[in-house]
Amino acid sequence: MDKMPKWADIVLIPVISLLLAAFFSALVILAIGENPLEALKLMVDGALMRSSGWGYTLYYATNFMFTGLAVAVAFHARLFNIGGEGQAMIAGLGVALVCLYIPWPHWSLAILGASVGAACFGALWALIPAYLQARRGSHIVITTIMFNFIAAALLNYVLVELLRPVGAMDPASAKFPAGTHLPSFQDMFSTETTKMFRGAPANVSFFLALAACVFVWLLIWRTRLGYEIRAFGQSESAAKYAGISPVRITVIAMLISGALAGMMAVNTTMGESERLILNATEGAGFIGIAVALMGRNHPFGVFLAAILFGFLYQGGAELALWTNIPRELIVVIQALVILFTGALDNMVREPIEKLFIAMRRRNA
Amino acid sequence: MQFLDIVQLLDTSIRLGTPLLFACLAGLFSERSGVVDIGLEGKMLIAAFFSAAFAYYSGNAWVGLLAGIAASVLLAVIHGLASITFRGNQLISGVAINFLAAGMTVLIAQSWFKQGGRTPPLTGNGRFGNVELPFAIGPSDAEAAGRPLSQMIAEAGPVQQFYSELISGHSILVYLGLITVAATWWILFRTRFGLRLRAVGENPAAVDTAGVSVIQLRYAAVLICGVLCGLAGAYMATSLQAGFVKDMTAGRGFIALAALIFAKWRPVYAMWACMLFGFFQALETRPDLIEAVIGMKVQIQLLGALPYILTVVILAGFIGKAIPPKASAEPYIKER
Repeated sequence: MDKMPKWADIVLIPVISLLLAAFFSALVILAIGENPLEALKLMVDGALMRSSGWGYTLYYATNFMFTGLAVAVAFHARLFNIGGEGQAMIAGLGVALVCLYIPWPHWSLAILGASVGAACFGALWALIPAYLQARRGSHIVITTIMFNFIAAALLNYVLVELLRPVGAMDPASAKFPAGTHLPSFQDMFSTETTKMFRGAPANVSFFLALAACVFVWLLIWRTRLGYEIRAFGQSESAAKYAGISPVRITVIAMLISGALAGMMAVNTTMGESERLILNATEGAGFIGIAVALMGRNHPFGVFLAAILFGFLYQGGAELALWTNIPRELIVVIQALVILFTGALDNMVREPIEKLFIAMRRRNA
Repeated sequence: MQFLDIVQLLDTSIRLGTPLLFACLAGLFSERSGVVDIGLEGKMLIAAFFSAAFAYYSGNAWVGLLAGIAASVLLAVIHGLASITFRGNQLISGVAINFLAAGMTVLIAQSWFKQGGRTPPLTGNGRFGNVELPFAIGPSDAEAAGRPLSQMIAEAGPVQQFYSELISGHSILVYLGLITVAATWWILFRTRFGLRLRAVGENPAAVDTAGVSVIQLRYAAVLICGVLCGLAGAYMATSLQAGFVKDMTAGRGFIALAALIFAKWRPVYAMWACMLFGFFQALETRPDLIEAVIGMKVQIQLLGALPYILTVVILAGFIGKAIPPKASAEPYIKER
């Protein structure tokens, strides 16, 4: 059977899947008695028409870039890392320890230290499932799900019993010292006369996320390791025959994935809340799955998908503010995106493939 | 710690273990046929919502149960379409189903009831009442004697305590759950359908060669899975609790999955595994008892995480190896 052209694979099919997801989302909004067009307008107004809206959109997008890249790197090795949530949670602990116990003179150094802390803790949390998959054949999906729950319990314990300042009621760490405060977009882009990104949490870690996109692109398509990861993902037996160790690749791919998922804690914990709180991840670990699927596991696609989901997240918050539509609408949209671009991929792909073959026959 | 404390703890274990049991048996049917289902959580959740909503509107828990099952089966059909008909990734489909349920339940609950994503509390026939077995001390005896039930049970002998508190006085769905264990065993290991179901999870090509439809068998398994998840969710919303609240399944679908691995995909073991995990959840509600028994404080968070930690240990093969059905998670492509 002939294949269809590459552009159809990487542009047409995701766009059709996305339109299907959007169509069903609109039906859902109609079903609960609201107007989808008005809802869309509210979302666009709230997320894109003001600089502060952009500030929130980009803040969320930063999280989703990290978690999306995390899922994508693992996908290249045909590993389904569903544990981004837990990895990011534990990475928050790494960030908090680095920020609280090392006296940083300047944020530029602190962000490097916090990134290392986040990446190490995130990678560590991915290491055990990776090792168990590689050495003992335990399914990585199940172990990473279990590790999400264990991470939540562990973080709860650490915050309640160990890191909570004396006398404080809510389970959260102390405020990070001023030397670790990252410049927000408001600090960076406002001028004397016009304030930009007022109050929005977007901060300098957005550029860290962009760097991570470039890093992943280089890693996957320009290094020997990336080649090995892809080869392993395409065919484990062929990779083995070529002398690639499955254990090594599984562990390394998951370590990178965990480190990337963990890096989002720099944005949430250090950039936004400036202290470690419960539930800082807000489901971003799971949205990474949708982002990676939509972005076809390519860093540029992940970037675009992360912006789109950032828009949905911020737009969803606006909707909840102005209408009766709860924020959970974006969970539904996320589910539909995962369903159509991931699980029901063949439903869209098969008819289009047939169409292209039919067209080619006619031309020939 | 007294005998009655133990009995009460086990009683709570059964109550909390029952939703796990239904979900676990649901997963068992699905995975035995070769369709991995990490969407148990979502199906339970949507069933919990629709059973609570319809029990509220109709004032009848049975109507709620049917609505819950219908909603759960609908999600099961989506999972079947994705993983059987379109040969998509079953894990991704399960993830999508979980999110779909998490979002839709709150969205619809808000639109119907406007109470922040919950249903109004269920009363009277909107909930499943407790079955009182013969000779047990129950609420009616307490009413006749004009004394509190707890006091009457505390004064009874150990056998009567055991019988009245632990064996009697559960929702009818709890007893149905235990019957389902036996039925599952019988179907899987004593009927032709069960034999074929197990075969299709191990070697679909062989079943196909024998002229039996892989697709039909898998759809049947996925639909049974939907019905059982519906029972699990309806039990939670209309029996264990009085109504639906946002995210009320709270990871139980995943614990059920863990129990399934624990039980190595066998029904009777599944029952014991679910009751064990139910016991952990019951312990969480009684930290004072643990402290009295082992003489030191145990972190409540550790207790909560115990089922998950145990699952990882089991998965790692440190306590016996858990080998899933061979063809699970693999779509079947008929040879041409």
